[in-house]
Amino acid sequence: MGLFIAQLLTGLANAATLFLVASGLSLIFGVTRIVNFAHGSFYMLGAFVGYSLMQVLPGAIGFWASVLLTGLVVGLIGVIVEVLVLRPVYKAPELFQLVATFGVILVIQDLALMIWGAEDLLGPRAPGLKGVVRIMDEPVPLYDLALIAITPFVLFALWYLISRTRIGVLVRAATQDREMVAALGVNQSWLFTGVFFLGAGLAGLGGAIQLPKGGADLLMDFNILAAIFVVVVIGGMGSLPGAYIAAVLISVLNVFGVSYLPQSTLVLMYIVMAIVLTVRPYGLLGREEVVGEHGQVGEPERPIKPAGTKARVMVAVMLMALLALPLADSHFLVILTTDIIIFCLFAASLHFLLGLGGLVSFGHAAYFGGGAYAAGLLVVHVNAPMELAFVLAPLGAGLAAFIIGWLCLRLTGVYFAMLTLALAQLLWSLVFQWDEFTGGDDGLVDIWPAAWLSEANSYFYFTVIVGVGGILLLRHVAHSPFGYALRASRDSQRQAEATGINTKRIQWMAFTMAGALAGVAGALFVFSKGSVFPNELEITKSFDGLIVVFLGGVKTLSGGVVGAASLELVKDYLTRIEYWRLALGLLIIVVVVLAPNGIVGSLRKAWERLRGTPADEPSTTAPVALTSASAGTQESER
Amino acid sequence: MLELSGVNSFYGKAHILRDLGFSINAGEVVSLLGRNGAGKTTTVKSIMQLVKPEKGSVIFDGVELTRLPTHRVAKLGIGYVPEERRIFTDLTISENLEVGRQPPRPGVYSWTQQTLFDLFPNLAERRSNRGKALSGGEQQMLSIARTLMGNPRLLLLDEPSEGIAPVIVEQMAHTILKLKAEGLPVLLSEQNLHFARMVSDRAIIIEGGLKKFDGTFAELEAQPEIRDAYLSV
Ligand SMILES: Nc1ncnc2c1ncn2[C@@H]1O[C@H](COP(=O)(O)OP(=O)(O)OP(=O)(O)O)[C@@H](O)[C@H]1O
Ligand SMILES: [Mg+2]
Repeated sequence: MGLFIAQLLTGLANAATLFLVASGLSLIFGVTRIVNFAHGSFYMLGAFVGYSLMQVLPGAIGFWASVLLTGLVVGLIGVIVEVLVLRPVYKAPELFQLVATFGVILVIQDLALMIWGAEDLLGPRAPGLKGVVRIMDEPVPLYDLALIAITPFVLFALWYLISRTRIGVLVRAATQDREMVAALGVNQSWLFTGVFFLGAGLAGLGGAIQLPKGGADLLMDFNILAAIFVVVVIGGMGSLPGAYIAAVLISVLNVFGVSYLPQSTLVLMYIVMAIVLTVRPYGLLGREEVVGEHGQVGEPERPIKPAGTKARVMVAVMLMALLALPLADSHFLVILTTDIIIFCLFAASLHFLLGLGGLVSFGHAAYFGGGAYAAGLLVVHVNAPMELAFVLAPLGAGLAAFIIGWLCLRLTGVYFAMLTLALAQLLWSLVFQWDEFTGGDDGLVDIWPAAWLSEANSYFYFTVIVGVGGILLLRHVAHSPFGYALRASRDSQRQAEATGINTKRIQWMAFTMAGALAGVAGALFVFSKGSVFPNELEITKSFDGLIVVFLGGVKTLSGGVVGAASLELVKDYLTRIEYWRLALGLLIIVVVVLAPNGIVGSLRKAWERLRGTPADEPSTTAPVALTSASAGTQESER
Repeated sequence: MLELSGVNSFYGKAHILRDLGFSINAGEVVSLLGRNGAGKTTTVKSIMQLVKPEKGSVIFDGVELTRLPTHRVAKLGIGYVPEERRIFTDLTISENLEVGRQPPRPGVYSWTQQTLFDLFPNLAERRSNRGKALSGGEQQMLSIARTLMGNPRLLLLDEPSEGIAPVIVEQMAHTILKLKAEGLPVLLSEQNLHFARMVSDRAIIIEGGLKKFDGTFAELEAQPEIRDAYLSV
């Protein structure tokens, strides 16, 4: 009994940090409609800044002053990010802003590395709260009790701010209809900045307040990201009490998980989330999204056209060039190109889902890594020949997509996106923790191509044929009746349903197909490297995919491929310099701010401006956006 | 006090308003009439800068509005009541009014929640209800009341009578006449000729984004062919 209570208290104390960070994320999303991926970075900065402040401010007063000051400092950093990075892109399609926040993650990672170094920092203990008290004979740290006591006050203060003050009223009004708030004379850019300050400040507080229990390191940003997404989704987007309940639920379960089911710790929260969302699709205290009703409408999309003769000739020439590449006799070039082709196929499959289907998956790595692992496991455990593994890998990835798609497609918009991320993380944690079967951290090794492909360049040719074939297949499907039905489902679910299209089924098939093709890319990958590790399933991999699709251009069919090729090339150069993340992050931000149509879209616009022929026909299609995807469902339910 | 000249507005490439020009004088209630899709809403939005005119000028008390963001236009004292009402359904009635609140403006009547509840008694009883609990007519009243909280010097009403029970329309007409008696000028976008005639001094008729008529109702009466051509009665 004593142990039980002690564990419960530990869980409640851990919930403090999780709640602080998650509530900031929820607030920012509520008002700006931006899913701020950099939120984990604000949390990490909070830990580092807090650490430094605690070094100079002594005593108990110094400790708590440091915590508060950290909130202020990180809040101001949030303001800088909002003003410099996000403000220029508020008018761009909403998802494009995500990419900007990816850029911010990279920049902050390297800045933190420069300032605080690569060593993990051990957090100082809180002066005056270093001891333990015995509760039913079990030791409970005093600091834990302090955290448990503080959190409800923070929750109350936030609740008061949001529900009882003018600022709160304006924030809630803006959450629903920003344009109307502006038409009533409220400067929304000021409101956005304020909310960013508050949200980032809360994340910073969270980072500082956990120092005595943890510390500061450079992995904190991604480590907390999935957890806060889960909390926000379980609690219900935009609901502060919901975030609190969910934070407590996850933290307490986690503590018990560690002691009773140590292998399950990572998986547990995703299982909870899956259960909650099955019963309550919009989270415990969330309400159905009512966004997009008066959302801004982007520029109409131009209709996609089959490639003209010129484009076909160009593709053919490029293919020839690819096949001739080994003649250059550079092993490095062949390896690099293999990587690029694989990544292009992965990006093209995500683009198919995102651009044509309007389905924003944050967890596409699950199918790439899934394919790679399916092949790897077959080879390692049952000694399957490469050919069999290669055929079964996409089936495995497709099956995963089939199941995950079924779960996720019951939701729309940002809930859909978050659920895809969480389920991908579930897969990752399974692979990561199931040592005996998947090799865990050590990955799977010794997975090589069959004898007939073992010659110097034969696997390269194989990759070209399969990779380019996969991309062309996706392209072909885009122009088939299925592709049209998919776009119709994206643009107006109601209209599509009226013409007899079963939109959910179409989207489900598209999800499965995109997953299977990502699986092909994964299979190509595992046999080219000879090994696979859990990081192929990680969030960062999914993000890489999203970045290239957006950088390439969501609205152009070749966007995914061009973006992938560019990113791989740029990365190859940048990773040779010390602070390559900083450089890449800044590059991404600059591209987002200067070329909000993506590389292909912007090039095409520039070309048209040069020739003075505005070729785009206004059409009635909506841009890809988290909210417009859900607006479709809203309509159909009215 | 408000003067539009040569206004051209677009949605993407669709040219909606074509060289539209008219003015509203102090204390005047003007009806902007025209059929579905004539461009009434676009005109009102072009004044609010919710739609940015690509050419032309909109001058309010000597200030060029086309260079300003929407919230600055509202701050100058133009109150906008949108066609879809757009009340904040998750907020209570009081909170909806709070969003619209602006500091008192010299020389215009200063509204408070209390004076607005006197003007719209139906809202008073339900002040702590959420917006979504209101009927269409009540939502319309709330939308007007919310805008009045900004103490406007000019009111833009976009089809306030649309989809509302006749009794309430009657009530709405009285409200507008009361506002007029307070000296508040109104631009009323309407399809309901009867309603427009009850409350306004002057009619402007547009069709396909072009101005077709600008004059008193008596003048309009004398030219039934205009009415038949551009209004669906
Ligand atoms: N967001 C939009 N995008 C593209 N076209 C639009 C948009 N809104 C309106 N239009 C078009 O602009 C034209 C003028 O519309 P507007 O809403 O100004 O007309 P209205 O006179 O207010 O009509 P109603 O009486 O139906 O409200 C119509 O042809 C309409 O289809
Ligand atoms: Mg209208």
